[in-house]
Amino acid sequence: MKISELMTILDARLLTPAADLGREVRTACGSDMMSDVLAFVKDQSVLLTGLNNPQVVRTADMMDMICIVFVRGKQPDAGILALAEERGIAVLSSAHTMFTACGLLYAHGLRGGVH
Amino acid sequence: MAAAETIELHYQVPGDDFTRAGEASADLKARLKALGFPPDAVRKTAIALYEGEINLAIHAGGGAIDVDVTPARIHMVLSDHGPGIADIPLAMSEGYSTAPDEVRSLGFGAGMGLPNMKKYSDEFSIESTVGVGTRIEMAVLVS
Repeated sequence: MKISELMTILDARLLTPAADLGREVRTACGSDMMSDVLAFVKDQSVLLTGLNNPQVVRTADMMDMICIVFVRGKQPDAGILALAEERGIAVLSSAHTMFTACGLLYAHGLRGGVH
Repeated sequence: MAAAETIELHYQVPGDDFTRAGEASADLKARLKALGFPPDAVRKTAIALYEGEINLAIHAGGGAIDVDVTPARIHMVLSDHGPGIADIPLAMSEGYSTAPDEVRSLGFGAGMGLPNMKKYSDEFSIESTVGVGTRIEMAVLVS
């Protein structure tokens, strides 16, 4: 699934204008606990989270993730967005709750990727 | 990098600014990538060191990281003068944490830090003395 499709499905806003929306997201992970995210390795993932601090971007970067979706309409600050742009990570914000956002992506064929 | 070459790096992790935890691992990750290390080794190193940085910031009031990089091995030493760990096997078990609620609200303190460090490193050892500090050695082998 392309980031642009994910945006449509989640009715999400793009917060990093320079992002390449044609990049392919193969698996997804939804969590507010960053250590749980770090326990799971899979390329080309999107991270859905309700947590709003710079460690979200650091975690995504360490995991080579290419997209972060802030759920429940969370708006990360300029410092978080700058860090994401520097790392080439697309940042989206969706008004959906975590449960609904994950459910919508699952219903469109995206999977968790944990074996 | 040349076979006989060793790159030595030193990082200081501040204890009072949680938002900066991760700078050392991000820097090391970028350097290893630029040196052409395999993506798998780069990622394992970055995750293990990142969890270590978070631990230094959360539990130890900061600390020092020394890294030796050779073509075959990325070796990291994390040392601090924090409170130390009384029961290392308990601290190493998944889900056990002494982190305060405010740390959990930042997305950490789930008791996965040390287990993740061990999981992503090929060599792992920890020594700790209560009231003195903790020293962790980790290495990622490059195949």
